[in-house]
Amino acid sequence: MSKLIFERSVKNRRGITLPEFDCPEVILDHEYARSSSPRLAQVAEVDVVRHYMELSRYAFGVDNGFYPLGSCTMKYNPKLNETTAALEGFNSIHPTQDPTTVKGAMSLLSNLSTSLCEITGMDGFTLQPSAGAHGEFTGLLLIHAYHSDRKDLKRTKVIVPDSAHGTNPASANMAGYTIINVPSNALGGVDVEALKGVLSDEVAALMLTNPNTLGLFDPNIEEIAALVHKAGGLLYYDGANLNAIMGEVRPGDMGFDVVHLNLHKTFSTPHGGGGPGSGPVGVKKHLMPYLPKGTIIDEHFVENEKTIGRVRSYYGNFLVNVRAYTYILSLGSNGLKEASEMAVLNANYMMSQLKEAFTVAYPGPCMHEFVLSLQDLKDKTGISAKDICKGLLDYKVHPPTMYFPLIVHEALMIEPTETESKETMDEFIKILLELKDKAYSDPDYLKNAPYTTPIKRVDDVLAARHPILKAEM
Amino acid sequence: MKRLYANTHEWVIVEEGKDFVVGISDYAQIALGDIVFVNVPSLGDKVTQGESFGDVESVKAVSDLISPVSGKVVAVNDALLNAPELLNSDPLNTWIMKVSGSVNEAELLDEATYLALDKDH
Amino acid sequence: MASYLLNTKAQEAEMLKAIGIEKKDLFNSIPTKLKLKRPLDLPKGLSEMEVLAKLTSLANQNKVYSIILRGAGSEHHFIPSVVKQLSSREEFVSAYTPYQAEFSQGILQSIFEYQTDICELTGMDGSNASVYDGASAAAESIQMVLERNRKEILIADSVSPEVIETIMTYTTCSDATIKVLKTKGGILQEDVLKKNLNENTAALMIANPNYFGCLEKVDELSRLTHEAGAKLIVYSNPLTLAVLKSPRACGADIAVGEAQAFGLSMAFGGPYLGYMATTNELIRRLPGRIVGQTVDTEGKRSFVLTLQAREQHIRREKATSSLCSNQALCALTASVYVAAMGPVGLKEVAEHGLRRAHYFQKELEKIGFKLKNDTPFFNEFVTTSPLAAKAVERHLAQYNILSGLDIASHEILWCVTETTTKSQLDEVLGYLKEVAR
Repeated sequence: MSKLIFERSVKNRRGITLPEFDCPEVILDHEYARSSSPRLAQVAEVDVVRHYMELSRYAFGVDNGFYPLGSCTMKYNPKLNETTAALEGFNSIHPTQDPTTVKGAMSLLSNLSTSLCEITGMDGFTLQPSAGAHGEFTGLLLIHAYHSDRKDLKRTKVIVPDSAHGTNPASANMAGYTIINVPSNALGGVDVEALKGVLSDEVAALMLTNPNTLGLFDPNIEEIAALVHKAGGLLYYDGANLNAIMGEVRPGDMGFDVVHLNLHKTFSTPHGGGGPGSGPVGVKKHLMPYLPKGTIIDEHFVENEKTIGRVRSYYGNFLVNVRAYTYILSLGSNGLKEASEMAVLNANYMMSQLKEAFTVAYPGPCMHEFVLSLQDLKDKTGISAKDICKGLLDYKVHPPTMYFPLIVHEALMIEPTETESKETMDEFIKILLELKDKAYSDPDYLKNAPYTTPIKRVDDVLAARHPILKAEM
Repeated sequence: MKRLYANTHEWVIVEEGKDFVVGISDYAQIALGDIVFVNVPSLGDKVTQGESFGDVESVKAVSDLISPVSGKVVAVNDALLNAPELLNSDPLNTWIMKVSGSVNEAELLDEATYLALDKDH
Repeated sequence: MASYLLNTKAQEAEMLKAIGIEKKDLFNSIPTKLKLKRPLDLPKGLSEMEVLAKLTSLANQNKVYSIILRGAGSEHHFIPSVVKQLSSREEFVSAYTPYQAEFSQGILQSIFEYQTDICELTGMDGSNASVYDGASAAAESIQMVLERNRKEILIADSVSPEVIETIMTYTTCSDATIKVLKTKGGILQEDVLKKNLNENTAALMIANPNYFGCLEKVDELSRLTHEAGAKLIVYSNPLTLAVLKSPRACGADIAVGEAQAFGLSMAFGGPYLGYMATTNELIRRLPGRIVGQTVDTEGKRSFVLTLQAREQHIRREKATSSLCSNQALCALTASVYVAAMGPVGLKEVAEHGLRRAHYFQKELEKIGFKLKNDTPFFNEFVTTSPLAAKAVERHLAQYNILSGLDIASHEILWCVTETTTKSQLDEVLGYLKEVAR
């Protein structure tokens, strides 16, 4: 495998040089100064280039191939976004510059917010949260502020469906709430009777994704919204699955009070290997007084007396927001709607081609993603969802999401997105069918896959028992 | 002295005049898979029969440990900090905590009954 | 309109046929009542040329200063070309989180190297894979130090106000109580700390260099804090750690901070790069992603996301943090910067700032901008101002210079980095002389 950059280090080798010092030396007092140099790699520029070029060969992005990761919306990242995000007028501005000197930035952020309001049916947005989970936490703090402001202090609970992403209950916990799990019904939606059973004047909110993590639109959403509001609670929308519904239906119209979006999913900003993302939060009017400091509305910073404060420095991941704005301008009202239509069409197509060979967890038309359960395959052959995924790696294809949502055993969640072709999907389907055959004919082979990747299966038990989190020097 | 079991798969050694000794069953360690970390209580912590007193981490999951006794934690097995795998290799001889307090034996099972349980239910 | 769709009408028709539905049925599962019955009230999509023209026009409405003398949490540094080139490689940019280790060794290794860089600079045993920014890193560190009977956090008011605000917001609903300690002369005084430490104190948080640019007496503060049974969290700009004693060497239990100086542009506030590093004792309390080293089935050294049982996707409501994303691409950018500069280059960058800031401060003193805090500083410092700070800002702006930040009506927080030469500083001093009468 690759050498670590530290293993390429040669004493006294230099990379970038700087101009000569032009001011007198300053001797730091002994109590403040470092006694020895940090043992960082000493390499030349070409070493750096070769090192990272090699690392890039062991990375796989959407630009390399199909990435049907359910719930992640790995759609194509337009290169125009990179050009606009690199403009000097966006990069070389200090966040504390007088707003009159950054009219372009203020205008961009305002227009982005307005566009997101229109797409989601909400009244105002903050672009400060820097990821989905960050947005969830912000949204829950807004909900908390709303109830506190009305002296409704009994509301200490948040309801979360058992199909929810882990960030939902974790964010609610960070906001001081106790979690009540509500089960899903046989069709994958919220069990409304069970929901009625847990609603009370102690409930602050219900957190939902719609379509849910099974890729299904919950048809009872109106009833659910009415029930929660009647009980005095608020409805929170996890926008991870917005790619299914742009231009078709809006969370604001479904009755949601707070919404977070993932710009790095729905709005094509790149995942970057795990960030940076952007998780803007949209609210209805009654929650606007609590929006964080640094929120920009109508090209001005809002001054909310009742603000929740801030969830990070400054205004959010500005350059990520620039990319999302670029995308929205590029697609426009017609393009966004087409994107969702094709996302749903592509997913349904794949499902139609796989449903004979595999078990669809919740049969019936899906939206932008669907979930297979490989429990049956496991029972018959011993091959698990994980084994199938490892088998996919030998075909140089990125596997779908595995083991999520938790309510489906041996789950594989597939989301092709709209920026994939029929022929790519057909190829993937063919591979999955071949792997299924292999599971029956030669399960041992799959149990030890992958074979052609740079490394084989890792010992993650060792990694967790005896953590080595940095290089030995 | 006798070893009693909770139906949540923890065991406790009950011995006249001695503190309770608590661990997990062989069934538990098989179900948990390779254990990578044990979150143990601190000395002096109060534990309650039927309630969580810590948890066990495997690579992809966390499981609560439910206390089979009530009282105060008087000893914690430090060896588990660096060798959590002991719970996998020798569950019946690897204790997690020792408690001084009381036990409601009616809520626990004797060894024979526990081992005879159809644990897939 | 830009179109990133691939399927032609013919392919669409084939797929609909294969599914057995018509296009209009795709959204049948949405109740008709809820459906949007009009197009989105947004302009129609534009071509690439048109979008680029619009964005360029917006960018041109932002004033880019040619000399920048302001830091306060966002610094202007020179970014070498190699950093921009390598961090824009599509394999890194368009990759997902490296959950499939066999497929993502490149990403995992880059994070492991980033973690190592942070540990080397801070002196710590383990770092996470980064968080959104320094402020959220500081806020997330609070959870790490709370104990059953220690819930009080002391924070010096020489920590950045935005960091303190973020901590306040994060702890709104937690059982932690935050007490902000007044500093004097630009740093936290020992007697003030002593008065406030007690058996309920979980930790003291200080910044070094702090918001005012001053160097705190970390060793003494550390001793007092630990004697009281509490922990020490030190917030630092990692660039200064190329030259300053590491937080660990000063006794810190946790090191957090903003690493934007490592190859990231000011970018109107983001994306930035928060780091969190700590001792072996507290590693399992670190939130967020962490990359660890291991071996594969053939014994080859490999990297993998580890200690995942701390995280939200496993612990759910029992996780101490909901952190999911890190700032992967920013961490990679930072590692490229650190590799390209090397320890000697980093030291030189830091030293340029240190020398020039001290030169500038001495000259400012001569023209009536007096140093406010008589205590050692690094590359930032506060002066009083003979005229309103905002007036200074307006005056220098005419010459395309961004003055230090007005932190009070007649107080300015200046910052000097390697991007401003001595002759440019002399130029600035000339302009200031015009108004400093």
